[in-house]
Amino acid sequence: MKIEMTGITKAFGQNKVLKGVNFDILPGEIHALMGENGAGKSTLMNILTGIIAQDEGLIKVDDQIVNYPNAMVAEQAGISFIHQEMNNYGEMTVLENMFINREITNRFGINDTQTMRKQAQLYLEKLGVAIKLDQPINTLSVGNQQLIEIAKSLMTDAQIIIMDEPTAALSEKEIQNLFKIVKELQKGNVSFVYISHRMEEIMMLCDRVTVMRDGISVSTNNIKEININKIVKDMVGRELTDFYPKRTPKFGDVFLEVRNFSSTGLFNNINFKVHAGEIMAFSGLMGAGRTEIMRSIFGIDSFDSGQIYLHNKHIINKTPADAISNGIGFITENRKDEGLILEDSISNNIDLPSLDGFTKRGILDTKIIDIFVDKLIKRLHIKAMSSQDTVSSLSGGNQQKVVVAKWIGAGSKVLILDEPTRGVDVGAKHDIYELMNELTDRGVAIIMISSDLPEVIGMSDTITVIYEGQVSGTLTTKETTQEEIMTLATGGASNESIKK
Amino acid sequence: MNPSKSKKFEVLTFIEKLGPVLALVFLVLLVTVMNPSFLEINNILNLLRQVSINALIAFGMTFVILTAGIDLSVGSILAFTGAVTANLIVAGVQPVFALIIGIVLGGILGAINGLIITIGGAAPFIVTLATMTIYRGATYVFTNGNPITGANMTNSFFFQVLGRGYFLGIPFPIVIMLIGFIILYVLLHKMPFGRKTYAIGGNPKAAFVSGIKINKVTIWIYSISGMMAAIAGVILTSRLNSAQPDAGTSYEMDAIAAVVLGGTSLAGGKGRLLGTLVGALIIGTLNNGMNLLGISSFYQQIVKGIVIIIAVLLDRRKSN
Repeated sequence: MKIEMTGITKAFGQNKVLKGVNFDILPGEIHALMGENGAGKSTLMNILTGIIAQDEGLIKVDDQIVNYPNAMVAEQAGISFIHQEMNNYGEMTVLENMFINREITNRFGINDTQTMRKQAQLYLEKLGVAIKLDQPINTLSVGNQQLIEIAKSLMTDAQIIIMDEPTAALSEKEIQNLFKIVKELQKGNVSFVYISHRMEEIMMLCDRVTVMRDGISVSTNNIKEININKIVKDMVGRELTDFYPKRTPKFGDVFLEVRNFSSTGLFNNINFKVHAGEIMAFSGLMGAGRTEIMRSIFGIDSFDSGQIYLHNKHIINKTPADAISNGIGFITENRKDEGLILEDSISNNIDLPSLDGFTKRGILDTKIIDIFVDKLIKRLHIKAMSSQDTVSSLSGGNQQKVVVAKWIGAGSKVLILDEPTRGVDVGAKHDIYELMNELTDRGVAIIMISSDLPEVIGMSDTITVIYEGQVSGTLTTKETTQEEIMTLATGGASNESIKK
Repeated sequence: MNPSKSKKFEVLTFIEKLGPVLALVFLVLLVTVMNPSFLEINNILNLLRQVSINALIAFGMTFVILTAGIDLSVGSILAFTGAVTANLIVAGVQPVFALIIGIVLGGILGAINGLIITIGGAAPFIVTLATMTIYRGATYVFTNGNPITGANMTNSFFFQVLGRGYFLGIPFPIVIMLIGFIILYVLLHKMPFGRKTYAIGGNPKAAFVSGIKINKVTIWIYSISGMMAAIAGVILTSRLNSAQPDAGTSYEMDAIAAVVLGGTSLAGGKGRLLGTLVGALIIGTLNNGMNLLGISSFYQQIVKGIVIIIAVLLDRRKSN
């Protein structure tokens, strides 16, 4: 199937989101679509799949002009869109989810489970995955849920599969598996549109790349004829010479120390130290226990044994409230779930952990809160019309900045950042990195959980690698390589490289 | 976000905030046209006095519903605390102390709801449905199924004033309602406690991670709901000069209706206390107006139900 989109425009009210975009997909190619958040990638794909209609411009599928009235019709025509947030029915089984809204019934209108089961099995085998069809879908890893989505697309005979940030929540192993499957399907002449912020993946997987910026398509190139710097330049319109801002770390005393920290089945005998002014990366594969360790330190989850010391003083965090009063802040991995009250204003989100400090005789001092919030909005370059805008109206990057602002505002001395730049565009990433450096200059200790190895190398001073719930290595960033970290993260011990 | 979108948003939120008020004004005009005696000062004061009991319960209910909870036990708490207070007064306890004990008891009964909901992790609907029958049963056990009344109640000036007295010509229940409104308004809209209430309803996980002691705040909220029911119970007991074991039956429905009519979302996190006051006034105007117009109480129930459905439908439309 061949697709050609020419001169596509779209405006929401006064806001022109697309200003004449050209985009084409060849049969059997993997086409990367890149651009900062808000560049118009999703809008373009929503137009292609009939979710919204363009104002101007032509869409040709195999040289025929088409305008799909809705996503269902596009799907029947062979174009399916796997959204970033999967629309699963968590409590229903894998099988029920695969056939939702297209159940196969016998002549009495009763669901024909046998036939559906056979079909589902067939497609899962095609993908080379073993997933039990009768388990609730929310018991699957995000990676496997994604594979179910792909299987669903294949069941509708998709010729073109659009994937929006498919690897954002996948482990390294799952990513490799996904890529293998994508390449396999490509041989069967299926095309992919691959929306992602991850350069390395795109260089590895894709055939061509189209970069969008502010509603226009800036460039389309063969991957072989382009390099990362050029793509980044096209995306931001400026050269990002120092993508990871430099700084000279000044370590203070040991700030936070964790000793013999254990929780049955999750992590075992964890020891590490962070100094004031240090950025320590917490590296490892998804599911290695990194997040669980931090959640226990912060008092969200309980743990079995071990101690936490702050300035050599033993502290106990029974709840997040205790952790906060001990000067710890936690930017959780899932900002929509645990970081933000999406339907509330920016202001009400930012001052939430600090509320009790803003009272005068028990009454909230709104003037001081306004000043406080405005300062943080400026300092973090949060792009919004006013501090009263709802957080849900912001882009992903700006939402993440609101979460960061919350904790800076709360005066945290130790900041735990769990995947702080996931799903965040390049510009906002840069802002967050600079802010991390600024904070460490002031003596804040930062623990950064990250699955992005270049980010780990680019930002951290020291690295603690976690493998299957244990510390598999403590490294000094200057003296290590991505390969070494990856080896430790996957259980390949290289003892001589473990420096204590 | 572009300016026009935000402008539209402002207009929408303006209507959203004003919607219940417009409905009330419309209703008042409608009833007045059909029977001008509605606007007579005596009738208005009468209406407000009728509203006060429901409004006080609904104020507490607003906090509960803002956390995406519900409190079905308020009617039973009203009856139980009313009976205990009356019994204490009849037994010779100073009415002021009896009143305080009654309110504290209401707070404790509410806190029990909150404890089961938070520590036990049970659904508010089921918990308060159960305590609704428990507290009602306890009332019957306590009173033996008989009304409580006595000379001490009739002879106490303080107790008589609560339900039947006047302050500067205004019936005392209205005064209590206004004081209750002001205190809870400050608590909800001017103090950290209120912001925490909204946060728990908006996203309990984020609220927890932000260091809000969710359990503590939630228990307090159900306790406040219980206290408000107890205050309403004392007023009702004073007004009737006796504590009835079946007092307050189905009062939870009117209170929930007032909250919802006032624009508070049952999903939590959104709503205002002023809206609840307006919601209570709408229900009061409906009752009073239909009485004035001589509409049978059978039809009144149907009309009230229809109005609630319309309000909820309009609310859904807004949020889409």
